[in-house]
Amino acid sequence: MLTWVALAALALFSGATFVVARRKAEGLALAGQMHSLPGYHGAYAAIWTGVPSALLLALALLFSGRFEAAVVRADPPAAVKALPAMNQDVFYGDARALARGAPPSEMIYGPELKVALDQTVAKVRGVETRSRVVIFALSAVCAFAGCLLAYRRLSPDFRARNRVEGWVGLLFLACSIVAILTTVGIVASLVLESWRFFQVVPAHEFLLGLRWDPQIAMRADQVGAKGAFGALPLFAGTFLIMLIAMAVAAPVGLFSAIYLSEYASRRSRAIIKPLLEVLAGVPTVVYGFFAALTVGPLFRGFFNAIGAQLVGGPLDGLGQYLSQVQNQMALVAGAVMGIMLIPFVSSLSDDIINAVPQSLRDGSLAMGATKSETVKKVIMPAALPGIAGALLLAVSRAVGETMIVTMAAGLQAKLTANPLDTVTTVTVQIVTLLTGDQEFDSAKTLSAFGLGLTLFVVTLILNIIALRIVQKYREQYD
Amino acid sequence: MTEATQTPTQATARARAADAAAARLKQRYAQERRFKLYGQAAIVAALTFLVILIGRIGVQGYSTFVDYQIALPVHLDATRIDRSYPQGANYDAMVAEALSAKLGAGPDDRAAVARLLSNDLGFQLLDKVRKDPGLIGRTVTVTGPIGADAGLYYKGEMTRSTPAQLRKLSDQQLAWLDRLKAQGLVRGGFNLAFLTRSDSTSPEQAGVFGAVVGSAMMLLVTALLAVPIGVLAATYLEEFAPKNRWTDFIEVNINNLAAVPSIVYGLLGLAVFINWLAVPRSSALVGGLVLALMALPTVIIATRSALKAVPPSIREAALGVGASRTQTVFHHVLPLAMPGVMTGAILSMAHALGETAPLLMIGMVSFVPGVPTSLTSAATVLPVQVFIWENASERAFHERTAAAILVLLAFMILMNLAAILLRRRFERRW
Repeated sequence: MLTWVALAALALFSGATFVVARRKAEGLALAGQMHSLPGYHGAYAAIWTGVPSALLLALALLFSGRFEAAVVRADPPAAVKALPAMNQDVFYGDARALARGAPPSEMIYGPELKVALDQTVAKVRGVETRSRVVIFALSAVCAFAGCLLAYRRLSPDFRARNRVEGWVGLLFLACSIVAILTTVGIVASLVLESWRFFQVVPAHEFLLGLRWDPQIAMRADQVGAKGAFGALPLFAGTFLIMLIAMAVAAPVGLFSAIYLSEYASRRSRAIIKPLLEVLAGVPTVVYGFFAALTVGPLFRGFFNAIGAQLVGGPLDGLGQYLSQVQNQMALVAGAVMGIMLIPFVSSLSDDIINAVPQSLRDGSLAMGATKSETVKKVIMPAALPGIAGALLLAVSRAVGETMIVTMAAGLQAKLTANPLDTVTTVTVQIVTLLTGDQEFDSAKTLSAFGLGLTLFVVTLILNIIALRIVQKYREQYD
Repeated sequence: MTEATQTPTQATARARAADAAAARLKQRYAQERRFKLYGQAAIVAALTFLVILIGRIGVQGYSTFVDYQIALPVHLDATRIDRSYPQGANYDAMVAEALSAKLGAGPDDRAAVARLLSNDLGFQLLDKVRKDPGLIGRTVTVTGPIGADAGLYYKGEMTRSTPAQLRKLSDQQLAWLDRLKAQGLVRGGFNLAFLTRSDSTSPEQAGVFGAVVGSAMMLLVTALLAVPIGVLAATYLEEFAPKNRWTDFIEVNINNLAAVPSIVYGLLGLAVFINWLAVPRSSALVGGLVLALMALPTVIIATRSALKAVPPSIREAALGVGASRTQTVFHHVLPLAMPGVMTGAILSMAHALGETAPLLMIGMVSFVPGVPTSLTSAATVLPVQVFIWENASERAFHERTAAAILVLLAFMILMNLAAILLRRRFERRW
């Protein structure tokens, strides 16, 4: 709250500086030739007033929390020192909550601790007030200094526009660095956490192990306390579901792209393309709901009915199996994921087919080839690398897709190629490992980052190859 | 005299060749028709999937928007309510007694009667008594939703033909429900409560309002961060950046970021925003930050193509009359590219609205019964609400899930329409 007031005050002050500086520059402009327009002088003064001070404020507030906590926790009362580490955290959390007027936790304190708590609350209040005062004072000084500095430079010769544009250039650069920082952040967080994981579980055991069972016992002496982190069954499950999805998406998507670009009239194209875009815009959680509550029961009913017919016949074993299949079979998640990928494959391939020059089509048709022969013998060979790239991008999407598999695929890690079996995928396991309670020291939680790193590396490789191919062949004919 | 010199064998050979050619042609045309048919079949299949998907969810969800309200006069027994401690009284029991009296059910059946009701009625009574203690000892009429299972029966999702042990309500309870309807105590109407209430453990009281507010707050954060940063970054790359390795690297990097699985952004948010920067878990703020990073590459790519569409003559004219490069961009190029930029921005926000996976990583799957009050308080958003309800075991939550999806889709359609209108209204071809 106080912070917002301070920021508002700063904005007001900086706005006022702008108005005053511009007015002064306007006055100077009446007297003679100025290098820059009055607005630039105003902006220059406003920037020097507002920006350094706001930066200081933001950084200080971001990091003051840790500093304050360290000061409060230095030299704890004897009663608190006796507490176990976890309860100490709760104690200080409560002190902070009480100091801010928020409800504390449900921990019950004895009389000694109660006294200590009251003392600590007072200490927290004191430390927080002091640090706020220091921060606000510093940024106020900073704002006044900047204002004064900039205002004194105001003169007809001063190149205010170039200075302001310099600041704008800085802003531009900072914004485009955010994209780089995101990548750095992804790589750093994945690699650092995975590193900790690989110190507990060796990398080869993780990548090649055949058993996935991340449950870790609460007590060290419990049977099977260690848990198993062999991710191969997860990779196999992901691969299986991806294959099923591509078996649906590749033919349907490709043929719709061919039809749209080679056969469809302008009018039907104008209707069909937006409809396919609707299919592409449906959130994946909706596909997941559809898979779990509609497609799953439907497929299960279908296979169970076939199974019921076969039971007792010559194919009794198969019948028994089919009448036992579950909603969460790989086929369901794969098929629905395939539907989701149709518009993706179709629009990418459409672009690529359209990039094949018209002269190739005209040449082939002039030689007497039918349209389908032109497509098969001329356009496809020319577009093939690009389409391969598009399919690779779709594979990367399928591998990284989370919601459909979380809602429609199972949790059991199984090494199987049977589409009627339940399998689990890398993304499902990441979600299961990281939802609910988590402690950041257990191998169970850290293994999610190991899986995330694997996922990131695989999709990155697929994307780089695919984007290269797609771009290369799009440009070739330009 | 060629005809005269033609021998019969030559003539037959030629005729045979012509026949073969005709046959081949026929075969080729058949092939052509087949090929075209495959294409049509693919389109029809894709559109059928779309119709089934939307239709099925509409069918599952529309019944949520009808709900059955019961209006029940309840006697507030003065002997059972302590005036100094009104929240201690058992209002649910009083409601159940009132209903039992209406139905002529005995005291043994009271538990079965109570199963037909929502505990919302009891809460309403408590609220009334707190506001006006003078009501104690009098009879008050409360109107509220009927219990979830009873609602399913009225909507026809639970039928008498199902064997009684597979139903949640017995034959006796169904008979009571029929009588209630005949007495006119229960009335169906539009379910406004679904749109004005927040999540609840009882399906008949659960609504999407909290999730809608959460989504709006989160999208606000996302839009405020992703759109300005994305537009400025794209402008820099397109208009200012020198062509060198460094900018090539940034470009490749952005294209790859656009294709990184969304769940990886969730891991980034968990490690960086929550564990390192200590942003509150499951708040709209942290959700908005993560989605902003995710939407950034799409905004950049859309803005760049909008900027590319502005012809160079505009820039040359501005530079020619003495504008600086910054002035050229801000006074001429960006305003002209704005419709394209806004279209791209709205579309990427619509995409962010439907995103779920990264939000699961940053703790947004928690049960949030109220409306989030600030950016840092625990919030839930529409797609995550869908995920939570889909996982709930009660059957009555399934129709709510579908209805929440309908609300989500309505918002997405609105955003897409806005983008299309914007494009239609302002698009310029040079």
